[in-house]
This record gives sequence, C-alpha cells and structure tokens, in this order.
Amino acid sequence: MTPLVHATTPGGYLLVLAVILPVCAVLAIVACGPRSAARIAMVTLAAGLAIAVAIAAELISSGAALSYVVGAWQPPLGIALRADGLSGAMLVMTALVVVAVGLFARVQHGLDEGARDGRAQTTFWLMLLALWSALNAVFVGEDLFNLYVALELLTFAAVPLVCLDGRSKTIMAALRYLLFALLGSLLYLLGTGLLYGQYGTLDLLALSRLSRQDPALSVALALMIVGLLAKAALFPLHLWLPPAHAGAPAPASAVLSALVIKAPVFLILRLVLDVAPPQAAAIAGQLLAVLGAASILFCSVMALRQARLKLMIAYSTVAQIGYLFIVFPLAAGSADLPPWGTIAWTGGALQLVSHALAKAAMFLAAGVIAEAFGHDRIADLGGFGRVLPLSAAAFGLAGLSLMGIPPSGGFVAKCLLLTAAVIGGYPWLAATILIGGLLAGGYVFRVIDKALAVPTVPVKTLRPIPRRLEFAALALAVAAVLIGFVPLRPFGFLQIGRDGLAMALTP
Amino acid sequence: MTAVLQPGVLFGLCGAGLVGIGLFAVVTQTGLLRRIVGCNILGAGIFLVFGAVARRGAGAGFDADPVPQALVITGIVVAFSASALAVALLKRLSELTDGDRAEAAERESGS
Repeated sequence: MTPLVHATTPGGYLLVLAVILPVCAVLAIVACGPRSAARIAMVTLAAGLAIAVAIAAELISSGAALSYVVGAWQPPLGIALRADGLSGAMLVMTALVVVAVGLFARVQHGLDEGARDGRAQTTFWLMLLALWSALNAVFVGEDLFNLYVALELLTFAAVPLVCLDGRSKTIMAALRYLLFALLGSLLYLLGTGLLYGQYGTLDLLALSRLSRQDPALSVALALMIVGLLAKAALFPLHLWLPPAHAGAPAPASAVLSALVIKAPVFLILRLVLDVAPPQAAAIAGQLLAVLGAASILFCSVMALRQARLKLMIAYSTVAQIGYLFIVFPLAAGSADLPPWGTIAWTGGALQLVSHALAKAAMFLAAGVIAEAFGHDRIADLGGFGRVLPLSAAAFGLAGLSLMGIPPSGGFVAKCLLLTAAVIGGYPWLAATILIGGLLAGGYVFRVIDKALAVPTVPVKTLRPIPRRLEFAALALAVAAVLIGFVPLRPFGFLQIGRDGLAMALTP
Repeated sequence: MTAVLQPGVLFGLCGAGLVGIGLFAVVTQTGLLRRIVGCNILGAGIFLVFGAVARRGAGAGFDADPVPQALVITGIVVAFSASALAVALLKRLSELTDGDRAEAAERESGS
C-alpha cells in the first residue's frame, strides 16, 4: 500500500472553483450569445477575484498548503490540485491583472458603439476567460500530464488573442507563436512520457520525494525545460514574442505579456527546485542563468532600438523574463537553508509579480496612446503627457518597477537578487542586473522624455479619451509600486506549504 | 536481434526515429505547412514512446499499463485540436495573402 501523498484540505474546493468558474462562464457566453458576453464576463471577473483572495486568506490563516484530490482518487491514478504560497501569490496576481484588463477592455469596446458586441469583442471575452482558467490550472496543477493539458489550453486561448484583428501580419505572428508553443509542449510531453516510464507517477510531490540521481530523470527534465523555455520566450527562443505581443490589441497584449509567459516559467521553477536532483539542478541553474543574463542584455538593447512603442514593451518583456532565470543559481540554498528560504527566492517571486503588474500597466497605457493618436511611433509622440497625463503617469510608475528604482516592486526584487548575487559570489550576475537596470532606464526615459516634451504643434487626440480608460493602467502601475513595501527579507507567505517538501528531502 | 523485435523495444525505437524526423522537419523546413506536418510526425513519435512505456508496464508492474494509453488518447485529442487550429490559421493567412496578391495584380493591369 503506497502512503497517502495528498489529502483534501478544508478549503480545497476553492482550487476547483478557481479552475471551473471561468470555464462555466465561457460556456454561458456561448449559450447566451454575444449580447450578454461582457456582462457575464464582468460577473465572473468579480467572482474569480473573490476566489483568488479567499485562497490567499485560507493559506494565511491555515499556514499550510491547500490540496484537493479529485474524486478522492490518490495519485498515481488520480489527479491532485495543490496551492502553496507561491501558487497563491500567482493566483492573486493573475486575478488582479485579468480584472484590470477586463475593465479596460469593457471601456475600450464601449468607444465604438457599432462594434460593441462584435465578433472580435466576443472572442476576446471568451479567450480571456479560457486563458484565466488555464492559468489557474497551471498554478494549482500537481500532475505533470494535467499540466501539459493546461499549458495547451493556455496556448489555444492565447493564439487567437494575438490575431483578433484578423490582419495577415498578426495571423502570421499567431501562427509562428503556435508553432513555437507546439514544439515546446511536445518536448514537454516527451519528457512526461519518459518520467512516467521510469517512475510510474506524474505527481510532482511524489516525484520530489523519489528524486534521485538518474540519467533518465535528467534527460526527461532537460526535454521538459527546453520545451518550456520555448514557451517562456527566453533568449534565444524569443523570436516569436515581439511580433505576437506587439501585434495583438492592447488588452490582449497585456495578458499575454504579463501572465501567459509566466506559466511556463512557474513550471520550470517547480521542476528545477522541487524535482531535479541537486547536482543536476546546479548545472541546469547555471545554464539558465547564462541564458537569462544574455536575455537581459540583448533584449534590453533591442528594446532601446525599437521605433514602435509596443515593440519596445514586448522586447522589454523578454529582458525582464531574464531576471527570473538568474534566480536559479542564487536560490540554490544549502544544507541548512532550503531554496525557498533564500532572499533570491523572494526576489524572484517578487519580480514575477511586479513585472506582471508593471507590464500589464505599460501595455494598457500604450493601448490608450494608440487609441488616442492612431499610431505608436515613439518619435511622433512628443508632448502626449499633456493630453494623456494619467497614461503618462502609469507608464512612468510602471517604468520605475522595470528599472528597479525605489519605491517599487521591481526595486525590491532586483535589490534582493543583487544582494544574493553579491553574497553568493556571482559578480557577473550582479553586473548584469545593474547594466539591465541602466538599459531599462534608457528605454523608459525615451518615452517619458516624449511625454514631457514641449510639442511644436498643439497635440490633439483623434477622439476624446474617457478618463475611465486610463484608470485601469494607472491602478496596475500603482499596485506594482505598492509591492515595493514588502519587507526586504524572505517573505513568509511564499514559504507556506513548502516545509512538506523539506521534510521529504531529509527522510 | 530478437531483443530488438520485442514490441516494447521496437515501439520505442520507432518512436525515437519519428521524433527525430519530426524535430528535423520542424527545425529545418521553412514552409509553414511542412512545419505543421513536422509537428504531427513529432507528436506521433511521442505517442509511440507512450505506447512503449505502456507495454513495459513499468508503472504498476502489470503486463501492460493502461495509464499511458489513457494519457495518449488525451494527447491525441490535444494534438488534433492543435493541428486544426494551425491549419485554420494557415488557411486564413493564405486567403488573405492571395487576396493581396490578386489586388496588386489588378492594380498593375489597371494602370
């Protein structure tokens, strides 16, 4: 008789709700037709946010991970859902961004009376909700094959968002994205097959307890991580991202850049830190850090050179993703300090969350600018801060977080990573973090400079922009700044549910 | 020779071969349709590997393990929808670009 790996905890049903609710809303929209799409979506956004907050509250009050064993079938036959502190943080972050993006999209769709219940608008709501469900499934998933299905659902929801406007250029970008994502998920699936063949279980918690030195495990994990890297768009597999994220409509770009690429990153984090044997994890961590550093430097320079605002923000996404990968060698931990007890772990998690909020704010602000002027060529935006002060403020505040200037979430994240790099003896990583911050300052100030410039001709918008449209971006940017008030030490919430793994490592 | 001809081993080798061919096609081919087909070959190889895993029955110590077979069925459904989505996008793309080309040709003949 195998010992019980998972047991359903009192709040476990919340995890099921987080996954099921958006799917039910999708079905309801399909059943009720496009007229009620926005209304159903709004109700679901509110309910979904409440569920995410309830999960976080339950995590804090119980101090242990939430689990739900579907149908009371224990793994390896059954599927378990589990949320620890990191998953909880991801769920709340996702809910915040999705709600803000939803409110923005609602106002934006209202600008064109004729197209309000149009096909693109209805598709947007369907895909946004489907995407939310898939993201939640990734964050609470515990079964590797179940996670494969969730990742594929995520891709299938994200690809149509890229080509909502139906131009041939965006369809091309969507197709390239789909091919990269497919290759990635097939490699992930191959790794899953090998793991099952070797250990007879796909449960992450069970695998972390079995974890041992074994070539099959290393090969399987290498395949899975490379596959996930293609989905996460780490240099040099980032080629699909800039055209796809820059071509999508603003609210779609915001969710794609802020959330969708975080799902594979989250899985890599779990695979490397939880499942991989320590020695292989150290080598993989070094490799990932080198790629991350290359990503930061190369794509920051690319962002500096872009003429279009949205392309610049998209390149900045690839650069900021790089910071998440330099966490691995820094958070390696030691005999008496587990990885999740290090400051690098907190720094990485903060970077994940603050980048999501800041990047969504930036894309929404860029969306307001494109809506106001009909283009997003940075050179022709002189003085836009005079007509769109809130959007310029949102862009600037989000920029603080990307550059890592206090007070902002990005500052705390980068400060923690920098400290960890210096203490851990990685001077090249410390230098990369500093240079990356300078380059980010360069591309953010290019836009801020334009916002504050004195225009030669009076700036006029193509159409009146309601203030409501600008509020969503500002709210997200302010949230990104507020995260900066998290104390500068290993953050307790992120360690909830992690001690179970620590005991597993020392039997 | 006989060791290679055992179903599990044979399936595994065929699967590995197909994965190689599919990966090669996806990476080297420039045509989008060829890449989609490459993904399908890669997928077929992976499903064969799952078949080999099921035959080995490593998981539960059975003669044949039903779990990988159940996984493969789900995998095939997912891969099928992925192909359908990719082909639909490709079809739309070729319609749009053909339209552009026809328009350009019309303009040329008109001027």
